[in-house]
Amino acid sequence: MSKNSYNIYISGVGGQGIIKTSVIIGEAAMNEGLNVCMSEIHGMSQREGSVSTELRIGDFNSSIIPNNSADALLSFEPIETLRGIKKANKDTKIVFNTHPIHPSSGNSLEMNYPPVELIISNLKENFNYVYPIEGNDLANKVGNILSLNMVLLGAIVADDNFPLSKESIVSSMKNNLNSKFHELNLKAIELGFDAVKL
Amino acid sequence: MNLKQLVTGKKGDKQFLLGNEAAVRGAIEAGVSIAATYPGTPSSEIGDVLSYLAKDAGIYFEFSTNEKVAMEVAATAAASGLRSFTFMKHVGMNVASDSFMSTAYTGVRGGMVVLIADDPSAFSSQNEQDSRHYARLANLPILEPSNCQELKDMMVYGFDLSEQFGLPVIIRTTTRVSHMRGIVELGSIKEQNRKGHFDKDPSSFVPVPAFSLSMHERLCDKIKEINKISEKYRLNYISSSKDNFKIGAISSSSAFNYIYDIVNQDNLDINILKLGFSYPFPESKVYEFLKDLDTVFIVEEVDPIIEKEVLAVIGKYNLAITVFGKLDETFPLVHEFNPDIIKKGLNKILKYTEINEKNSYSQNFNDLIESIPNRSPVLCPGCPHRGMFYGVKRAMAKLKLKEDDVIFASDIGCYTLGLNPPYKAADYLLSMGSSIGDGCGFSKATDQKVVSFIGDSTFFHSGISPLVNAVHNKHNFVVTVLDNRITAMTGGQPNPGMSFDGMGNPAPEISIEKIVKATGCNFVKTINPMDLNETIEIYKEAFEHDGVAVIISKHPCVLIKGLEKKSTVEFNENNCKKCYVCLNRLSCPAISYKNNKVTIDKDACNGCNLCVKTCKFGAITEGNKEA
Ligand SMILES: Cc1ncc(C[n+]2csc(CCOP(=O)(O)OP(=O)(O)O)c2C)c(N)n1
Ligand code: SF4
Ligand code: SF4
Repeated sequence: MSKNSYNIYISGVGGQGIIKTSVIIGEAAMNEGLNVCMSEIHGMSQREGSVSTELRIGDFNSSIIPNNSADALLSFEPIETLRGIKKANKDTKIVFNTHPIHPSSGNSLEMNYPPVELIISNLKENFNYVYPIEGNDLANKVGNILSLNMVLLGAIVADDNFPLSKESIVSSMKNNLNSKFHELNLKAIELGFDAVKL
Repeated sequence: MNLKQLVTGKKGDKQFLLGNEAAVRGAIEAGVSIAATYPGTPSSEIGDVLSYLAKDAGIYFEFSTNEKVAMEVAATAAASGLRSFTFMKHVGMNVASDSFMSTAYTGVRGGMVVLIADDPSAFSSQNEQDSRHYARLANLPILEPSNCQELKDMMVYGFDLSEQFGLPVIIRTTTRVSHMRGIVELGSIKEQNRKGHFDKDPSSFVPVPAFSLSMHERLCDKIKEINKISEKYRLNYISSSKDNFKIGAISSSSAFNYIYDIVNQDNLDINILKLGFSYPFPESKVYEFLKDLDTVFIVEEVDPIIEKEVLAVIGKYNLAITVFGKLDETFPLVHEFNPDIIKKGLNKILKYTEINEKNSYSQNFNDLIESIPNRSPVLCPGCPHRGMFYGVKRAMAKLKLKEDDVIFASDIGCYTLGLNPPYKAADYLLSMGSSIGDGCGFSKATDQKVVSFIGDSTFFHSGISPLVNAVHNKHNFVVTVLDNRITAMTGGQPNPGMSFDGMGNPAPEISIEKIVKATGCNFVKTINPMDLNETIEIYKEAFEHDGVAVIISKHPCVLIKGLEKKSTVEFNENNCKKCYVCLNRLSCPAISYKNNKVTIDKDACNGCNLCVKTCKFGAITEGNKEA
C-alpha cells in the first residue's frame, strides 16, 4: 500500500468492544486531518458471533481492505486472528490477544479449539511481525476486564508505522468513553503499548 | 462521539459517522417532522438513533407495527404538507409495497423520502433482493449514495426533489453504505413547517379507476421532467476522464468505491461514470460517456440493472461497444462485491496483472486455518426460547412423536436459531409472519402435526390475520407465540406488547392473549417456558387438541436492559454421571466440555435454572439466592 496510508483489520467476538475501539482510531485520524473510512460487520454480535471492522486511513473510497493488504491485524481472540488472516501479508503487524473464547456449538462434545501455542508458532512461522499479547491478564492487572479493548488499542499504537500519535488516540478515547473510566483506560492503553514496544 | 451531537452539530463541523447516523443527520437538516419504521438490519440503527434523539430534534418518531403501516404514516404526513421519512430493510419494502405503489399515483405535498437498505451477501437477511427494481416498478426517482457524506447530502437533496415534484423519492443503500463509517461535513438545519393540514382533493388522493389513469399520466409527465434533472445531477459524474481512453466503467453505490480505488491505485486507463441518481436513467449522459469508447465494464451489485439500460442505449444509438458485466459473468450475480472480486473481473478481460490466488503458507498452517471452529450465533444463556424448544421436544418424546411426524413452521427472530441441533425446530420459512399461514397449508396438505413458532414482534407485524384465517377455516395445528417482551433479533426495540413506545413515552400494552381469544380460538394457554413440567404438559395437550391450539410462551429476553442478573447455578462434579444430557440436549453456551468434564461458565450463566431441571442426578443445583 502507498506510503500515506494505513489499513487495520480488527476482529474478535461480540461484546469485546471492537467497534468502540475502531471508532476511537477513526475519530483520532479525522482529528489529525487524515481521510478515514471504516466498515463494520456486526454479525450477530449479541449472540457471541464473530465481529470485525476494517479501518482504512488514507486516500480510499472503499472501506474494504483488499486481501494481503492490511498493515496491521488487531485481533481480540486467537482463532479470530486466523479467520481474518487472508487480509495479511508477510510484513503485516499481527497483534493479538492470546486468551481464547470457545465458541459454543450444538454438539459441545465435538468442539475442537486448536491449542493457542500452535496458533502462535504457526503465525510466527509464516509472518515476520507477530505480537501475542496476554490481553486478559493485562486488563485484569488494570483492574477491569472491560479495559481489554484499551489494552489492545495501546498495543497497536506501539507499531512504528501506526500513523497517529498516542496523544490523539488518548483524546479520542476520552471523547468516546465515560469519564469515570478515563484513568483506568489510560493505564490500559499504556500497558498494551509497553507490551509491544518493550 | 455523543449521539446528541447529531442534533447540536453546526454547519461545517466534521463528524465520524455511521452511514445510518449520517441518514439521521440528513433527516434533521432537511427538517423532517414525522419518521416511522419497522426495524430491520442493515437499517436498524436509523430507528435506534431516532428513538434516542427524536425529542431533541423535534421529530415525531414511531416504531410502527410493520413496514406497510410505517409507509402509510409517512405518506399521509407528507400529504398533509410535512416532511416525512420512512426507512426499512429491503424485504420490509415488500411488505410496504402495496401502499408504496399508490403513493406514486397520489403523490405528496411535503417532501417524502423512502430509504431502502439492501443487504448484498445477505449478512442478516433471507435474500439478496435488489430494491432498485422498486424505482422502475413504481416509476419513482432513486438516489444511490456510495458513502456516508453522500448519504447525508442525498437525504437533504431527496427531500427538496420530492417536494419540488410532489413525489416520494427512494434512497437505496447497501449494508456497506449503511454500516460504513466515514467523515461527514455537516450542513445547516432547515426550519420547516411542523404543523400539517390536509387539503382535500379526492381526484389526487383517492386512486379509484375514475381518477387513477389521470394520476398515472401525471406521474409519467413528472418523471419525464425529473429525467432532465437526473441528466445533470451533481452526483452523476465522470471521474478520471481522459479523451484518449477507450475503456470505461459505469458504477453506482458501494460498488463504485471498489472500481474507483482500483483504477486509481493500479493506474488503469479507464474512465469512470458514477451514477448517484440512477432512475429516471440519465440516458444522454450515459450516451455521451459511451460514444468514444470501445469497451465498458458495468460494475453494480446484485442484479444487472444498469447493464441492461446500457445495452438499450448501445442498441438505440447503434454503438460498437463491448459490454462486460454480470450478463457475461465477468462479475458474479451472487454475493456482494469487494476489491478483489472487481480486480479479478477486470483482469479476466484486461489481463494487466498476475493474480496469484494461492497463498504461500506452510501446509500445517493451511490445515490449522481449515480446522478452526465456526462461531455461529446461538441462543443466549438463559434465553426463554431454549426452555420452550426443550419442552416441545420432550412433549414429542412423551407422545412418541418422531421428528418426521412434526413439521416446524418457523418465522423470523432469535427463535429461527432453533434451526440448529439439538433442536432442529425450523423446517420451513418464507418471510416475517409466514409461520401461521404456512401452518394452515401444511395441516391441510399432510397428516403430519404442525407447530408454528412466531415471536411477539412478528405476531404484531403480520401474524394476526393468518391466525384469523386459521381459526375461521378450521385448521388443525399448534401455534406458539414466543413472547420475550421485546424485538430481540434486531437489537431490542419495543413492540406493541410493551408499556412504552418508540420515543420512550408510556403506551398501552396490547395483550396477545386477548387478541387470540378474540378470534374465538378455544385453546389459548400462556406458559412460563422456564417451568419445564408445565411446558411439557401443555404441549402434550396442544398436540392432541383438535383445531388451532395457541400457546403463548411468555418470559423476558435476557438482554432486556435493567433486568436483574439471577444467581448462577452450582455444578457438583461428584454427582455427574457423564450422561451429557445438559450438553447435548440443552445447548446452553454457558455449559461446555473442557478437560474431559462438564464445565459451567459462571460469567456466562444467567441463572435460568433450566439445566438444574434437566439433570436427573442432581449434579447441577440452584445457586445461592443471597449471593
Ligand atoms: C419484513 C421484515 N421486516 C423486518 C425484518 C427484520 N427482523 C428480523 S427478526 C426481527 C424481529 C423479530 O422479533 P420477534 O418476533 O419478537 O422475535 P425475537 O427476535 O424477539 O425472538 C426483525 C424485525 C425482516 N426480516 N423482515
Ligand atoms: S437476545 Fe434474547 S431472545 Fe435472542 S437469543 Fe438472546 S435471550 Fe434469546
Ligand atoms: S442456569 Fe444452566 S441453562 Fe440456564 S444459563 Fe445457567 S448454565 Fe445455562
